[in-house]
Amino acid sequence: MDFFLQLLVSGIVVGSIYALVALGFVLIYKATGVINFAQGEFLMVGAYVCLALVSQLHIPFWIAFFLTMAVTVVLGMIIERLALRPMIGEPIISIIMLTIGLSSVLKCAVLLVWGPNNRVYPQIFSQVPINLGPIVISQVYIWSVGFAFLFLALFTLFFRYSSYGIAMRAVANDQQAALSMGISVKKIFALAWCIAFLVAGVGGVFLGNINVVNVSLGFFGLKVFPAVILGGLDSIPGAIVGGLIIGILEAMTGGYIDPLVGGGTKEVLPFVVLVIILMVKPYGFFGTEEIEKV
Amino acid sequence: MSAHICGDYKTSYKEDMVLFQTRASKFWLVVFLVALYALPPFLGNYTLYVCNMIGIAVIGALGLNILTGFTGQISLGHGAFIGIGAYASAYLVMDMGMPFFIALPCAGLITALFGMVFGIPSLRLKGLYLAIATLAAQFIIEYLMVHLEGITNGVLGKMVDFPSFMGFTFDTDLKYFYLVITLAIIATMATKNIVRTRPGRAFIAIRDQYISAEVMGVNLFRYKLMAFAFSSFLAGVAGSLWAHYVSIITPEHFTIGVSIQYLAMIIIGGMGHVIGSIFGAIFMVLLPEVLRSISGGLSGHFPMIVNLFAAIKEGTFGLIIIAFLVYEPDGMAHRWQMIKAYWKLWPFSY
Repeated sequence: MDFFLQLLVSGIVVGSIYALVALGFVLIYKATGVINFAQGEFLMVGAYVCLALVSQLHIPFWIAFFLTMAVTVVLGMIIERLALRPMIGEPIISIIMLTIGLSSVLKCAVLLVWGPNNRVYPQIFSQVPINLGPIVISQVYIWSVGFAFLFLALFTLFFRYSSYGIAMRAVANDQQAALSMGISVKKIFALAWCIAFLVAGVGGVFLGNINVVNVSLGFFGLKVFPAVILGGLDSIPGAIVGGLIIGILEAMTGGYIDPLVGGGTKEVLPFVVLVIILMVKPYGFFGTEEIEKV
Repeated sequence: MSAHICGDYKTSYKEDMVLFQTRASKFWLVVFLVALYALPPFLGNYTLYVCNMIGIAVIGALGLNILTGFTGQISLGHGAFIGIGAYASAYLVMDMGMPFFIALPCAGLITALFGMVFGIPSLRLKGLYLAIATLAAQFIIEYLMVHLEGITNGVLGKMVDFPSFMGFTFDTDLKYFYLVITLAIIATMATKNIVRTRPGRAFIAIRDQYISAEVMGVNLFRYKLMAFAFSSFLAGVAGSLWAHYVSIITPEHFTIGVSIQYLAMIIIGGMGHVIGSIFGAIFMVLLPEVLRSISGGLSGHFPMIVNLFAAIKEGTFGLIIIAFLVYEPDGMAHRWQMIKAYWKLWPFSY
């Protein structure tokens, strides 16, 4: 039972970061109709930027954290302007390939600047673990879950109440109608990419604190696909629920099944789930079903 | 050649579908083929190696172009299908003792079968959802390649012999070149012909507007599966040729990166153009080789560059894809047509 709870906790931690990355993913899909294959690289860039600020420029972590957020927002804006805006109206495959190309470029930039070696954050969170009944949780886990949920809550409120959030939902719903109501769709597209880069960057900072920082952090982006498909590609609550479920599922298979078959199941099971969902319920738990009319 | 045609004088649909539109195009094709078969003995081993890789990539890219370029079904799992072909052929030849020339089509058929299984979701899924489903197929097949150790020998890799036929072994780059190039030409001609038959027209109809295609009587399920089967068959053949050429295969050779590379080939070459697969394959195989020789040349001045080679390769790859998508979305095939059109009436273009 203790083992189970321990797995559950680490599943929730990883799942909450999945949820953060998935949030950015869903946001881009909702507002601009683009599937972003570079989401994992956004996370990687966030982790590296914060690490560089902390360990190379010796800026205190919390200041570096907010600086990272600023940097990611600017990067999101640049990427949207240079790469994504010329692609409006192009076929899906072109846009998919464009984001794949983008991920290669980001990976290359990180390799050129920071090299291929593993890096670790200096110790930021106290290493004294906290005992919660039978389970032991390290402090960095609590911080990352806390921040993940803080951001998820903030953005939920943002979409519900702020005028920009409402404008974004309007664009997602119907671009033409939004345009005629005086909403600048271009600005909303840029905003979507900024927020997506920001949340992925925050996820990256915490994931970097939990694990080592290297280029393979980018693969995290691919694992978000099962989460968003499970929750529904265009649903923000779906991203949160899907992220948590996939995180827990991964931790459980990692704990119980991997020792039996010798590893690797943890990585592939979410994709098996994905295929099953696509076969049974293609629009996920909360996604809106597209109805095509001739 | 003064025999250029200045206008369209076709009076029947059949004339429009003819493979060789002018006598000149037939002539130049024959010249090209003769050169292809006559020149290799004068080339070095490295050049031949690159040519063989291009030939194999052409076959794989033709397969993906049928599926993605002509039928409009995005596949992110082509690398895994090539892997299935490679392992199937390796298993049939090495473990079952089957002769290579029987194992090659068998590997293609086995891959086609897998392709059809993973093509079933395409009936319900479109566009982005299908892309993600094929991404899942890629990861599941990769997992199987690592874990079905009885067939694949897992991460240790499987040794594969050079193919032989009635006591003749294709064991040098030159001998292999003739094998690869012959199969690549057959694959190109087959694709050219499939595209102008009933299934080919059905594929294009599905790509352009699947609802109207269905209304016109195209059985979507059947033709989508057929596209998956054709595509994976060629992927399997490419995989088989590749396995017997490099002589050791591991699951790492068939990752998502390979799938992306093949997608890049058809995008850069031109989706929905048979010649685009050839241009794209040449481009994508040559790119790393050219970069390697440039960085080799520069390493005297900048010793750092060797360590950064992987990063530079990755970045150039990404930049080229982005540049093509933004500035030349129809790929090199389109540029090629423009060049041909320009020379058609030269020097009196106006």
